[in-house]
Amino acid sequence: MTKLLMILLLGACTLPAQAALDAAQVRQLAAEDSTDKVAAIRHLTQTADPDAVRVLQAMAEDSLFLAGDRAVIIDGDNAYDATSGESIKMPAAPESITVNNRIRGELSGALAALKLFDGERSVRLESAQKLQSKVSPEMAPLLARALAKESDPEIKALLTLAHAQASLGDADPAVRLAAVKALAATTSPAIKTVLQPLTDKATEADDQVRYEAIAAIKAIDGRLALAENLGRVFSGLSLGSILLLAALGLAITYGVMGIINMAHGELLMVGAYATYGMQSLFRAYLPDYLDWYLPAAIPLAFFSAALIGVVMERTVIRWLYGRTLETLLATWGLSLVLIQSARVLFGAQNVEVANPSWMSGGIELMPNLMLPWNRIIIVGFALFVLTLVWVLMNKTRLGMFVRAVTQNRAMAGCVGVPTARIDSLAFALGAGIAGLGGVALSQISNVGPDMGQGYIVDSFMVVVVGGVGQLAGAVWAALGLGIFSKLLEGWAGAVIAKISILVCIIIFIQKRPQGIFALKGRFVDN
Amino acid sequence: MISTLNPALDDRPEGSDGADQMGHLVSGELDLSHGVALYLEDITVSFDGFKALNKLTLNIGAGELRCIIGPNGAGKTTMMDVITGKTRPDSGKAYFGQSIDLTRLSEPEIAHIGIGRKFQKPTIFEQHTVSENLELAMKTDKRVWKSLLAWLSGDERDRIADTLRLIRLNQEADRPAGLLSHGQKQWLEIGMLLMQEPKLLLLDEPVAGMTDDETMRTAELFVSLAGKHSLVVVEHDMAFVERLGGLVTVLHEGSVLAEGDLATVQNDQRVIEVYLGR
Amino acid sequence: MRPSLTLRLLAALDKKSWLALGVFLALSLIVVPLLHLAVGEDSAFYLSTYFITLIGKIMCYALVAVAMDLIWGYGGILSLGHGLFFALGGYAFGMYLMRQIGRDGSYGADIPDFMVFLDWKEIPWFWSGSDHFAWAGLLVLAVPALVAFVFGYFAFRSRIKGVYFSIITQALTYAAMLLFFRNETGFGGNNGFTDFKRVLGYSVTSPETRLVLFGLTAIALALTLVFAAWLVKSKFGRVLTAIRDAESRVMFIGYNPLWYKLSIWVISAVLCGIAGALYVPQVGIINPSEMSPANSIEIAIWVAVGGRGTLIGPIIGAFVVNLAKSWFTVSFPEYWLFFLGLLFIVVTLMLPQGLVGLWKKITARQGASA
Repeated sequence: MTKLLMILLLGACTLPAQAALDAAQVRQLAAEDSTDKVAAIRHLTQTADPDAVRVLQAMAEDSLFLAGDRAVIIDGDNAYDATSGESIKMPAAPESITVNNRIRGELSGALAALKLFDGERSVRLESAQKLQSKVSPEMAPLLARALAKESDPEIKALLTLAHAQASLGDADPAVRLAAVKALAATTSPAIKTVLQPLTDKATEADDQVRYEAIAAIKAIDGRLALAENLGRVFSGLSLGSILLLAALGLAITYGVMGIINMAHGELLMVGAYATYGMQSLFRAYLPDYLDWYLPAAIPLAFFSAALIGVVMERTVIRWLYGRTLETLLATWGLSLVLIQSARVLFGAQNVEVANPSWMSGGIELMPNLMLPWNRIIIVGFALFVLTLVWVLMNKTRLGMFVRAVTQNRAMAGCVGVPTARIDSLAFALGAGIAGLGGVALSQISNVGPDMGQGYIVDSFMVVVVGGVGQLAGAVWAALGLGIFSKLLEGWAGAVIAKISILVCIIIFIQKRPQGIFALKGRFVDN
Repeated sequence: MISTLNPALDDRPEGSDGADQMGHLVSGELDLSHGVALYLEDITVSFDGFKALNKLTLNIGAGELRCIIGPNGAGKTTMMDVITGKTRPDSGKAYFGQSIDLTRLSEPEIAHIGIGRKFQKPTIFEQHTVSENLELAMKTDKRVWKSLLAWLSGDERDRIADTLRLIRLNQEADRPAGLLSHGQKQWLEIGMLLMQEPKLLLLDEPVAGMTDDETMRTAELFVSLAGKHSLVVVEHDMAFVERLGGLVTVLHEGSVLAEGDLATVQNDQRVIEVYLGR
Repeated sequence: MRPSLTLRLLAALDKKSWLALGVFLALSLIVVPLLHLAVGEDSAFYLSTYFITLIGKIMCYALVAVAMDLIWGYGGILSLGHGLFFALGGYAFGMYLMRQIGRDGSYGADIPDFMVFLDWKEIPWFWSGSDHFAWAGLLVLAVPALVAFVFGYFAFRSRIKGVYFSIITQALTYAAMLLFFRNETGFGGNNGFTDFKRVLGYSVTSPETRLVLFGLTAIALALTLVFAAWLVKSKFGRVLTAIRDAESRVMFIGYNPLWYKLSIWVISAVLCGIAGALYVPQVGIINPSEMSPANSIEIAIWVAVGGRGTLIGPIIGAFVVNLAKSWFTVSFPEYWLFFLGLLFIVVTLMLPQGLVGLWKKITARQGASA
């Protein structure tokens, strides 16, 4: 800032002043009363004079002083006359000028307005953007002038908006009406507040302007609501992707193999802790590449969850094939053991997993609609995993074997499919995908020993709604439940949304007991 | 001679049945005035595009014993599912007697109005004793409240004992049914069917797993039941079918291919084609 | 010919069982009170308040376990939502206990403290009548029954079975827990009900009241056992086990499984409600965590440990697991979940018939070798 000031000052010194500033106005900047100061600032702003920029800039940087009856700018060891910009002798006892918050706000608005006349396009653009939130009625003529001079369409659009805001206070109803009409096309809660006073009879006498203002607010509201709903759909989409990642593993273990695995949520937890572990490793040994811990965590999460899955399958689940209720209880036991193990190993508290820097921030689609990168990446990641699973199940030998074992275990065994090994592999695959879900989850929610418990009910709901034996069912059900619950949350609150979703599922099952994508036929029973 | 051994099948005064499980009335009594026990007309059932039954039309006369044969996948079991309410047809009519629309009733209601079914695979209550199996099947008020307070009367005990003798399981009366041999389980299921006193019996491969002697006795029993009851028997064992006599219907790809006595059907060119492959 | 209902109830248990039941009642109605009140605290025979509360609590759990066994062991329907019915009974009676506090709460108001906290001015409509003991008693039975009926009717009508049913019941109790966690629901939110002072005007903390509650729980457990024994021996019980083993066969011989399942489901829920109502004054607190899915699934393990399909099994299971729990949580708190988890695994893998089955196997082997 100081650098910029220097350049401006130098420029001011070398060039002869185009139109001298009014010395009285400059003097008034040092007035006792804040209101007088504001008036002076506004007056100086109206001139749109480069010298005014110099003076106001100095004031904003606390280098404007009062020496006797003259305003002076003191920069280090040099002193200048504020009005003319001529170098003068350092005054004896310069008095500092109080710049309170109100003045500071006024100054930054004024400076922004003045920069509208800068030669540099980028400076003008920045200034026009900055202005949007602090337009005062006095700026109207200034903005009109800037508008007349401006040729860049982007800046012109911004200026039109600012001018309209400034014109809202105009004495002429026709000007106000035109301003309101111009503002009706915007989408910003701030403009809405600006328009609000014009809907009141006490502050706005003209009927037509008032009606137009009401209509404008309605139009803005409509667009705001649209943005809000789009935002909800998007967060529903990302919740759906999380559910999908959680449910894809289940779709294999339960949907395809018929094993009910209550420890599935804990496999998510394993994946999340693997991500945490990888982050710690990078912090300790590769701090320069910390941003890359996340891709490195993906295989670790997959294989550690898959390994635990294999151990579970070999030691417990194998002995319970065909006894689903017993499997349910035994795997619940496994989940308790896993939760307690996580507590013993990592402590009962949540651990901190940070987003890599390339995942922070987001894309701003509308003034109030921001799509965060981490959620966009999770949606993409879910798509990637989905494609992977689809290819594995439909295009590879393993997938063919799994489907064969599912449909007719005895016959598959007879034709030489190693059924026991296929069971282990398929279960490991389901568990590994849960681990991948854990990686995604670690980026948007807490990582702790109990994190899996919250997802088990949801992911089973996805499988129940989607129907058994179908990947497509799981996909649609996950996205549907995700979006539906976020939309519902918007107007009913999280708890009520959750409860109504559960009620809806119970009702839904009345109509389609086998889920959306049910297999039909006489072989379905038992 | 068997019918004298089997008082369970004698006509008994109708009790308070007529009410179904939910407490409301099933439309009317069984009306056999036109001599037809079961009408199936243009029944179509499809599973994901595959037509298990394709415009099947079949009438079973009152007191008739009808055999149904056909290759695997001809729709025999699906037909029984439609009659007993397990599967709803996509289109077509299914009437029991003149007035009872089977497509509107649930499985228990259909059982209650007098259609009994024996499954292909013997399904009995393996944890219950043989006589408890018969007691559960016995024709009586089967609503919850009545079951809570039910107590076997002497008369009912006699009926169970008679049926036990008929199916030659009186030695096994107090053993868990799960311990019976396959043939004995088939007999027990037939015994349960008799205890229900149905007017129409649907029997899906009743003699699979039976010895020749048992098969012949079963044929004898079925023949003796015909007349008072209507029977529909699905069977692959041609010797058994021959023993039963009566009309034979051949199903193929969900509809009737041929109908007539066994000799006629066996000489039908189309039937031979279907069975021997084309 | 047809023996009277009384006779049939008597026939529900054999002589040995009646004797055991008599001994149990004598112990809990005479011996325990004597050892608590008449024996000095320094005596070796003295039973502490802690002991009485613990055993009273476990008897409530045993009641829930019997109810669970009726639906799971005999009906073949595994409910993972029985904690909900237990909690509903508890909340229904808890409302009465909250009203009995009167103006002795921390705010000295006419309404329970949490309502003052929510800035409510008066009792909401669904609390009206809760100051009457009889109304509370009715709610204890009616609320679980109604919830179970409505849910069960729709679930059984659409023939939801097996694991599907289990998962849906789990979702049900989970949803209810979320609902009760909300302050606006009007049942004390997170904290639930606690700080009870009186029941029917008697102090809840006095030894006499505790012993009466203990005795009532023992009586309720004994009555439940006799009722359950009669139920499973009746034809109803046989139809129920038949549905468990071959539901389609039951339909094709003319029983409608819907009403049989629904009856046992509602009976089971009501028994849980009663257990919950007895539990709350003894333990002194009820909060939404009673409805957590983990609590409900624990009930299943009590039944599995004891032996399902028997009536004594669930009671043994409830005592074994809960005594182990109170020992672990005092001595090795960090190992309790490991133990419980392994219990789930070991019982399902190695003891499908539970402890009762194990005992039967051992005695049968001894009988064979002797």
